[in-house]
Amino acid sequence: MMIIVVSLFVLLMLVAAVAALIFKDLMSAVIAACMVSLIASILFYFLQAPDVAMAEASIGAALITAVFIVAIRRTERFEE
Amino acid sequence: MRSIISIFLLVVIAWGMITVLQEIPFGSSETRVGQRYIDQGREETGAANIVTSVVLNYRGFDTLGEITVLFVAAIGLGAVLSTNRKKKKREIESASLVLYTGCRFLFPLILLFGAYIFIHGHLTPGGGFQGGAIVASAFVLVYLGCRGRRISETGSKAVESLGGLIFIGIGLAGLAVGGRYFLSNFLPKGELNTLFSAGVIPILYIAIGFKVGSELAGVIDHLIEDSE
Repeated sequence: MMIIVVSLFVLLMLVAAVAALIFKDLMSAVIAACMVSLIASILFYFLQAPDVAMAEASIGAALITAVFIVAIRRTERFEE
Repeated sequence: MRSIISIFLLVVIAWGMITVLQEIPFGSSETRVGQRYIDQGREETGAANIVTSVVLNYRGFDTLGEITVLFVAAIGLGAVLSTNRKKKKREIESASLVLYTGCRFLFPLILLFGAYIFIHGHLTPGGGFQGGAIVASAFVLVYLGCRGRRISETGSKAVESLGGLIFIGIGLAGLAVGGRYFLSNFLPKGELNTLFSAGVIPILYIAIGFKVGSELAGVIDHLIEDSE
């Protein structure tokens, strides 16, 4: 049962990672990368590492996303 | 010519890594230090969370190095970004009522959650770094949601320096009182699984939480201020 749930999350993470590469709208790509971090933190929790899960959720999903959004505001939003 | 050299270097590095990795027995624990932390960590440090007892007690000096690295990174970013800061303010579209009220409502709750994480670092998962990052994410919400609100730069610098000074001061006090090594746990350990236990660990984690929170919030502040 556990292995199915973890495999589903890994599959979702792969889909989000590929989507972050494909999207031409960089804002959507950043949100997809944020989703990769969120699912990684859920996986860390399943692997019984709640400390790492907390760090991943707060830094990977919140702060890195904010830095990327600021960077997009200074440059262009759409890829060629 | 360059590609031949790079392929040659890659082969050499790959050969080195393969020969080293073949020697390592994966999946078995050859060292005894991890088992010792699990068996005796709680009695020796008084912290219910074993990760905390390793991070702040057995490996406290490494943690001092980590917060120094973060400090240097924040200082460097501030020095790079604040060289040619324009004072001219761009006209910003004000946020809608729903966004503004939501940010103002969520901000103290996220601060409270971050403070809970780093105050209870020796009891529950998490600690100074995680709690500090959550506190900084509360400031990010305010910066992106309700524009025009800023923390004062001198205040955040003062909090940051105070956190670092408390960490080093407690480490030196442990050296003076405990007499054996830097950051030795000289306060009474107390009862396991209570808030006032584990000696100096909660004080250190509160100092780290304030320091990391103000540093990361300062980094985001510099980036956003420079982009306007």
